[in-house]
Amino acid sequence: MDSGVEQTRELPQEITTKTDTRDILARETQYQIDKGFRDWTIVDVDAHHSEMSSWREVVEYLDDPILKHYAHEFQARTGGAPGLSNHMPGLRYQDAGGRIPHQTHIGEKVEDDSVHRDVTLMRRSMDAMGLDHQILFPGNLLQLGTHPQPRVEAQLALAYNRWVCERILPMDDRVKTLLYLPISEPDMCMKIIKEFGENPNVSGFMITAVRYKPVHHNQFIPIYRELEERGLPLAFHAGLTWGDDWMKQLDLFISMHAISFVLCNIVHMTNWIIHGMQERFPKLDVIWIESGLAWLAFLMQRLDSEYLMRPSEAPLLKKLPSEYMADMFYTCQPIETSNMALTEETFKAVNAETQLLYASDWPHWDFNPPSTIYDLPFLDEQAKRNILGENAVKLFGIDTKKRKTA
Amino acid sequence: MAELFVGREDEFEDRGRKVIAHGDLEIGVFFVDGGFYAYENKCVHQGGPVCQGRILNRVVEMISDDKTSQGLAWSEDDVHIVCPWHGYEFNLKTGVHPGYKNARLRPFEVKLKDGEVYVVT
Repeated sequence: MDSGVEQTRELPQEITTKTDTRDILARETQYQIDKGFRDWTIVDVDAHHSEMSSWREVVEYLDDPILKHYAHEFQARTGGAPGLSNHMPGLRYQDAGGRIPHQTHIGEKVEDDSVHRDVTLMRRSMDAMGLDHQILFPGNLLQLGTHPQPRVEAQLALAYNRWVCERILPMDDRVKTLLYLPISEPDMCMKIIKEFGENPNVSGFMITAVRYKPVHHNQFIPIYRELEERGLPLAFHAGLTWGDDWMKQLDLFISMHAISFVLCNIVHMTNWIIHGMQERFPKLDVIWIESGLAWLAFLMQRLDSEYLMRPSEAPLLKKLPSEYMADMFYTCQPIETSNMALTEETFKAVNAETQLLYASDWPHWDFNPPSTIYDLPFLDEQAKRNILGENAVKLFGIDTKKRKTA
Repeated sequence: MAELFVGREDEFEDRGRKVIAHGDLEIGVFFVDGGFYAYENKCVHQGGPVCQGRILNRVVEMISDDKTSQGLAWSEDDVHIVCPWHGYEFNLKTGVHPGYKNARLRPFEVKLKDGEVYVVT
């Protein structure tokens, strides 16, 4: 006789820092299957690994014997691996007091020792989120642009670049990077571009946006010229800082995070546009990463309004600032959707169908799974496919024969 | 309509929970201050496994009569479940976000029979 009681299975009560990435993201996996978009081409243009967990390996790639000595001594005397870096302990609020378990301490078990632990973690996130390709970035090094010693920034950037190109990227041909350019030292940038510009795992280069250098300065022009000639994209990756005078007034992480991630890209974008960099480098593909999208509609109108009244201060411009902005590329994360009408208008303003790139930012606390784009009510299927993968395939020339397994 | 067996009442400690699955449907059942509450294990934000997050009291800010802040404290009454994907918080007794009443978890009726706990779907 039917009792009317259905059989069930029990799930783990709580997700913790030790939970496997695939279990944390299991709902996304199932959602993609249910909705039927798991076989779409999906390219994640911004994911992270925790290079500080491997810092003892990274510093072995330092060229400078004296800096390497300091790095060893910092580790030996203080016990702290991140010696030489300018890592700010105050930024450890990312996990909201332990509420969000997938960023600050990733303690899940990894038994496969045939590849670096980071490679296994990346593969798990790619499997769970149905990703075909992933562009990998460092974590704490996103603040390295404020290092008080520009030469140390440059040496660490070179060491990290060599380490990630030798130890991480060759292990999985679906993972690429946009390599760190320490623009405080332009000569080092040129050296890095020449050393890695033809590396098949390097899809372009990246400037960390948390820094206080006007990006249009003449000393940086050769860098942009070199990238344009090589056909390599340039990205500005936003970040957070509590170190400048504006952010010091924001005494909660939520406030500092909300503003600093946007402010740095607003400043650099304003210089980039007003100083006519798009006119000077019309073939350079420029990508703005991790400031969300809401800032774009604001800045487009703001700069247009000012430019129309003061064209003599921006003589290189031949069209409106907003039109130059709509020619560039943007990653979507962390997408703002509390007012969907504003979100839709922003998509129109930036020509999202061709210019927007899906980014997860996994494993960071404000990540977006691919379903975030799939669920947007105002996009048709082709627009969703473009944003989730096709735009990135075209921009980076990604080999679409290398794909996720079913 | 179906009744899903969750467990025995005496298996639940105060603030205890079980998260069960029936096909694709996942439900978290919580025991808080002597009452049972059940919600779909799907955050209204981006679909995260909200019922498998941390259980913490709501954080409140103490404002004096003169409107000055006297710092933060744990609420003595409101218990929250925190989505482990992005940190959305919901009151375990109402299923509602503390600052946005339109963000609410999908509730399920809980039935108790002979010391056993069921949810009705």
